[in-house]
Amino acid sequence: MNRYTLWKYIVIAVALVIGILYALPNLFPDVPAVQVSSSKTGVKIDSTLLATVEDALKSAGIAYRGEMLDPTGVKVRFADFDTQVKAKDVLQGKLGDNYIVALNLLSSSPQWLASIGALPMYLGLDLRGGVYFLLQVDMKGALDKAADRYTTDIRSLMREKRIIYGGVGREQSNVVLRFKDEAERNKARVAIETAFPDLLVREQDAAGGELRLVAGLKPEAQKRIQDGAVQQNITILRNRVNELGVAEPIIQQQGSDRVVVQLPGVQDTARAKDILGRTATLEIRMVNDEPGALDQARGGQIPLGSDLYQDRNGEPLLVRRQVVLTGDRINDAQSGFDSRTNEPAVHVNLDGTGARIFKEVTRENVGKRMAIVLVEKGKAEVITAPVIREEIGGGRVQISGRMSTREANDISLLMRAGALAAPMEIVEERTVGPSLGKENIQKGFDSVVFGFCALAAFICVYYVLMGVISTIALCINLLLLVAILSMLQATLTLPGMAAIALALGMAIDANVLINERIREELRWGATPHAAIQAGYERAWNTILDSNVTTLIAGLALLAFGTGPVRGFAVVHCLGILTSMFSAVFVSRGIVALIYGSRKKLEKISIGQVWRPNRPAVPAKT
Amino acid sequence: MEFFRFTRDIPFMRHALVFNVISLITFLAAVLFLATRGLNLGVDFRGGTVIEVAYEHAVDFNRVRGAIDKLGLGEYSAQSFGSSNTALIRLPLKEGVSSAQLSERVMTALKADDPSATQKRVEFVGPQVGKELYENGALALLLVSLGIVAYLALRFEWRFAIAAIAANLHDVVIILGFFAFFQWEFSLPVLAAVLAVLGYSVNESVVIADRIRENFRKMRKASVMHVIDSAITSTMSRTIITHGCTLLMVMSIFFFGGETLHHFALALAIGICFGIYSSALVMAALVMWLGVSREDLVKPEKKHSGPEGEKILP
Repeated sequence: MNRYTLWKYIVIAVALVIGILYALPNLFPDVPAVQVSSSKTGVKIDSTLLATVEDALKSAGIAYRGEMLDPTGVKVRFADFDTQVKAKDVLQGKLGDNYIVALNLLSSSPQWLASIGALPMYLGLDLRGGVYFLLQVDMKGALDKAADRYTTDIRSLMREKRIIYGGVGREQSNVVLRFKDEAERNKARVAIETAFPDLLVREQDAAGGELRLVAGLKPEAQKRIQDGAVQQNITILRNRVNELGVAEPIIQQQGSDRVVVQLPGVQDTARAKDILGRTATLEIRMVNDEPGALDQARGGQIPLGSDLYQDRNGEPLLVRRQVVLTGDRINDAQSGFDSRTNEPAVHVNLDGTGARIFKEVTRENVGKRMAIVLVEKGKAEVITAPVIREEIGGGRVQISGRMSTREANDISLLMRAGALAAPMEIVEERTVGPSLGKENIQKGFDSVVFGFCALAAFICVYYVLMGVISTIALCINLLLLVAILSMLQATLTLPGMAAIALALGMAIDANVLINERIREELRWGATPHAAIQAGYERAWNTILDSNVTTLIAGLALLAFGTGPVRGFAVVHCLGILTSMFSAVFVSRGIVALIYGSRKKLEKISIGQVWRPNRPAVPAKT
Repeated sequence: MEFFRFTRDIPFMRHALVFNVISLITFLAAVLFLATRGLNLGVDFRGGTVIEVAYEHAVDFNRVRGAIDKLGLGEYSAQSFGSSNTALIRLPLKEGVSSAQLSERVMTALKADDPSATQKRVEFVGPQVGKELYENGALALLLVSLGIVAYLALRFEWRFAIAAIAANLHDVVIILGFFAFFQWEFSLPVLAAVLAVLGYSVNESVVIADRIRENFRKMRKASVMHVIDSAITSTMSRTIITHGCTLLMVMSIFFFGGETLHHFALALAIGICFGIYSSALVMAALVMWLGVSREDLVKPEKKHSGPEGEKILP
């Protein structure tokens, strides 16, 4: 009676061992560290990088406490924050712009724990400090931009096909063409439909009887553009975040048109906002090199259709207003070397339409200069203005000559990070200072510890040995909960820590139910063994039912919650699962261990069982 | 030690009407407060900006207000938060002004006024996001209710499901009533607490419903009223102890968890207290009014129990 089979003990033992292993890393304090990762896809993270880092630190005489190489980068631990900052400067200077050197906090848990995947719990921003942004991509802006692009494309198509039209322009996100002649309109319609399968072309005459064609994007094309816009924005944000040097940034899509950016540990939030919020567009325009025009412009007389800009060295430059290409025609820009001269160069890759336009423009403008302009916050800056040497087809463009490797790097970075496909706006922001994060951890920890102690004290006094068993079960519950949270690397927030406290408070319910049942059985005269048996079995149904309803609430929170509430819901749900295991399965195992082997059990240590003089409920049948 | 010693079943159900009237009155009062005062929705739901600023000394609110007034931002509120060294500044949404600039400007002004001012926390929620969080919250509440009703109807019987959800939604409304009456801030964590309470106090109803079902099987000659009384009496000890334990934890969160969890813990505490009352007295009474009978719950057993299965109708 009340014996547990061996396999049940094995299950408990295995769960305990795994629980202890995975909960263990949380006990080691965090130490300051520097994390080196690559800022570009091309840059390799390997043992050479590790060796470079070690050499750099050794030659600078900076003591470190162990280093680690993993797929994301090299991590080096230090004894204190001063060395950490010093080491960051040394490494940044040594490694250059291809690497991001970021300050971080790393757990000081031993290597073997990390190698079995046992990591400390992943703390949310409210506990470690940092910035959370929710950015909304302006989809209308993306569609308008697409329509702008089509307007230019259709104009050159009409010219190419020699179709006579009265004018072309954008109205909202549609392209509208005007015609004088029905036949020309039909020709145009066929031409547009074959050239741009994404456009839906309708004949829609204006009120005055003017012949018009209205071309709008098909719904599936709209969707593709929107998805592409979000993806492109994410890529650009990633590049900009790299500039900030954040150790573990999270940038991901949320819903159809939103992007979440989480920058843990960022101190300078103003700079983060500034860099993320940049609205920059990249434009390629022709330089106005007409003799005397520049001097005229300097004198205050800017020629019509031109703008006076400065390049990165502060030299003035006159640039034509007509945009040849926009940044979203650029697929990629990489720094590298000219294959013939071995000079530093920037390789630019254009998309199909971009390549076609570029070929046309370069053919007509050999020997002239073309300017790559970055427009940021209404301010334009000429990144570079190379001379066109020959006609360039195929969409592969190389910009080279008189630039250093560093300049080539800068230019390619600016070109890539330059253009957002659609404007973005911050719609939600949560910034938590690092000191507040530490306070929050302390507060969360205190609530769990003090609550737990009070609870354990009460239960032990009220139920004596059975209370002690319940408390042990509760400890195991806490251990397993922490282990699972560490294992899943689920984000722990302050409400999540409250949920741990609450989970313990609710988990005790199962033990109270069982203990009360056992007492009740004893009250009506059951033998101790029978009482334990009945207590666990009868209580089980109730425990199951009540936990399922709590779980329903938890899952709904998980589905609809965001940020801190989600953190609460995760812990809440996991807590219910671990409490069912520990309160019923484990506690029964302990009871069986203590009482199961005794054949003649006279008394269970469950505190005083009061027996009424006469039964209130008719005795059981 | 044993706190609860009942020699006989307490005749709760004899006073069912009284309990239901009390519930109705508190419920109506809560609805009244909600209607007249409304919830003091936090920045999560209403949108706007909250800035928490720490000083090295007690906050001089006249200077803080003076510094912000100069910016001409219109309506705002500044009050202490947690300790006297911390100020919480709330700014409503403003058309055309992005949050990034707003918090930046306020912080610059405060720093210029007193260099010891450090920004501890900024929260900005745009109007669209606030509206969505509000709608998602309402949707979650609805889904939780439906899920619980469905589960209880499956496990027990529709009368229990309806009674349990009615009793527990009444708890939710009462919590909201408290928040409306005292104008405590209703934030996302509070919403989480409210939903957790809904799941948690249904626990209580389940325990009692379970006992009622069991008693219908055991007490073949007893009346429905007696069966329910006995179920409540025998679960009473467990109810008080469990809730006491959970309340202990919640109080620990309330006292040690800091300002952020203050209202969260408060909502849980109110929910737990009213949960005891409503599950035991409101839910059971409702089940009785809805006309639960022995056959509704012990039908499947009868097929096997043969001659013993004689019916005693109340």
